[in-house]
Amino acid sequence: MISHVLAAAPAGGSNPTLASFYGQPWWMIVLKVVVLFVFLMLTTLFMIWAERRVIGRMQQRPGPNRAGPFGLLQSLLDGIKLALKEDIVPRGVDKLLFWLAPAISAIPALISFSVIPFGPEVSIFGVHTPLQVADLPVAVLLVLAMSSMGVYGIVLAGWASSSPYSLLGGLRSSAQVISYEIAMGLSFVAVFLYSGSLSTTAIVNAQANGAQFHLFGVILHWPSWFAVLLLPSFLIYLVTMVGETNRLPFDLPEGEGELVGGFHTEYSSLKFAIFYLAEYVNMTTVAGLATTLFLGGWRAPWPISVWSGSNAGWWPLLWFLAKVGILLFCFIWLRGTLPRIRYDQLMKLGWKVLIPVSLAWIMMIATIRVWRSQGGSVPVYIVGGAILAALLALAWAGDMASERRRVAREGPADDEEMEGGQSPSGAPSFPVPPLDLPHYHGIGVAAGVAGSLAGRDGAAAGIGGRPAGPAASDSVKEVTGA
Amino acid sequence: MNAAHVLAASTVGAGAVVAFWILAVISVAAALGLVLAPRAVHGAVLLAVVMLSLAVLYGVAGAPFLAFVQIIVYTGAVLMLFLFVLMIVGVSAADSMRETIRGQRLAAGLAGIGLLVLLALVVGHAAIGPAAPAGSNYGVLNVQRLAQLIFTRYVFPFELTSALLITAALGAMVLAHRERTSPKPSQRDLARQRVRGDHPAPLPGPGVYARGDAADMPALLPDGTPSPLSLNPVMARRRGSAIRVPGPGVPAPLPPGEPGKDGGPDAEPDREGAHP
Repeated sequence: MISHVLAAAPAGGSNPTLASFYGQPWWMIVLKVVVLFVFLMLTTLFMIWAERRVIGRMQQRPGPNRAGPFGLLQSLLDGIKLALKEDIVPRGVDKLLFWLAPAISAIPALISFSVIPFGPEVSIFGVHTPLQVADLPVAVLLVLAMSSMGVYGIVLAGWASSSPYSLLGGLRSSAQVISYEIAMGLSFVAVFLYSGSLSTTAIVNAQANGAQFHLFGVILHWPSWFAVLLLPSFLIYLVTMVGETNRLPFDLPEGEGELVGGFHTEYSSLKFAIFYLAEYVNMTTVAGLATTLFLGGWRAPWPISVWSGSNAGWWPLLWFLAKVGILLFCFIWLRGTLPRIRYDQLMKLGWKVLIPVSLAWIMMIATIRVWRSQGGSVPVYIVGGAILAALLALAWAGDMASERRRVAREGPADDEEMEGGQSPSGAPSFPVPPLDLPHYHGIGVAAGVAGSLAGRDGAAAGIGGRPAGPAASDSVKEVTGA
Repeated sequence: MNAAHVLAASTVGAGAVVAFWILAVISVAAALGLVLAPRAVHGAVLLAVVMLSLAVLYGVAGAPFLAFVQIIVYTGAVLMLFLFVLMIVGVSAADSMRETIRGQRLAAGLAGIGLLVLLALVVGHAAIGPAAPAGSNYGVLNVQRLAQLIFTRYVFPFELTSALLITAALGAMVLAHRERTSPKPSQRDLARQRVRGDHPAPLPGPGVYARGDAADMPALLPDGTPSPLSLNPVMARRRGSAIRVPGPGVPAPLPPGEPGKDGGPDAEPDREGAHP
């Protein structure tokens, strides 16, 4: 086995292949399934806690800190309370589908994690086994298939609830997830081309080491992570993974301001908890998939991979969990940072940006690979790159020219709303305060500060104090109506 | 056992046969339910069950790629689009079982019998004739072999099919497309329109907790009359809604004794203030 940059080869035979999944004892499979289930439950609890704590910190407040150390038990207690609440089934719902929808939502989410590799082959009770429940020649397709099955839960919940909010949430969600699934599938294609397989084990193995190249007589390696090699694919995947999980800024199916709770408006108690669980398990799954496909899977990142034992035994579990944790933190970070976008913006991004860019990128990757496999030479790359750059420049120039034409035709956007009072055309305008006020310039504030030392009455008198200068007094008249 | 034999021939042993019989029962029951279900959405869900059973059968027969493509393309995309349209149909709507075209049932029955004969012939031929090659050629290399076949021997039918699909998609777009006659209002235009309109501020919210705990209760004006602006007219028209809101500008007087029924100081309207 060829070693990674500066890293010695791990012990031979620790890299699992598809064949290592055959002939496992039945209790091993059951054990792995149970452990995975418990892991996903604990991740959900921990994730809810982490989300509330981190967002609290981002918003200058402590977040839950009462139940257990650092409030760690808060989400467990919340979960117990939620499950024990009264289960309300509204009148007029379609009972069967109303019951089935949470299960349809949660089961695919749990299934798709079974193909994510947690680590290399380890020994459990004397049996050598990969740290992964199952692998298939088409494992990544299983994740895609399960995410498209999960939409059924959302859509059926929306329909069966017999509520306009739920129905709109369900419709939005199905359109959104189908659109983003296309871009997500396209972002995988480049990974499949480079790894030559759809099996997650093989994809992780393909990221073990980069190709060698010689620079000034030193043997160096190209970076081996697909996130670096196939950066556009990775970026597209990052956007689509947020869209697929209906998280901010793409959480329109449950936008509180418009749809109350979206598809789960009418759900309560345990059924609502299961939707919640499905959302967090889906987040963990897409983060695990990003780790597996783009971030080297369970393999140690570069500075650690110098240590020869980093990719053997149980250590890779730690690297895997750390990578997934960082991605999950990004979900929280996004939620704490970005506002929700509009639905037409969401669709425009999905269909007009992500899908065309993915297609162009795949075409480029495939062309380059064919050239390289047929011994492509450096001049070909240079000429091809020049042609591509010329095309991009032409497209950009055309865009700018059409924008100029548009401005020339319609005139620049008028800023009448920014003016207080009357607009230049004489029409009444927006009731906004004037742009310029004396206290914007510190006039009257100094007196206020001085007055505040003397007490509240003094401060009020200071702010309302007499302004200096004729221009400022005009503005004050405008405000006070004097 | 012939059909099971055919399907199980390319795989290993008894597990496949057991899976086949379980899935056969599930898929036939779901298919019958699909035909007989009075509600279209139930039919769509049962069709999804049939498709999933087929996908599992493909997987058992050693074709995992086909199995997942079946789920992603048919169950995940095509049927989801059907469901998308069916969602507009309300929960309580059921299909009418009356025969609208004369002789439709007879024709459908004959066509069904014809299809049954055809299927029996195909299955019988496959069962009697040479069986499919053993599973050793497929399995792990399934994806590669499929790709090889699609891009070599079957490349022409494959491209023709994709051209057909693209033509259909373009045709649908052309048929559904409508040229815009006026420019689309931008967010700026909408904001301007709203500020210059009758209601720059949001409309009053529903009267939740004024007299009830549902979102279809109207808000009460200071004189105790319900505010017609506080309810979406669509919600007010819905079956089982607590109150009918009259059209704007026609405030409906409350029935006597009604406001005080729930008690509470907030529910008591200030009638003297409204009618001095």
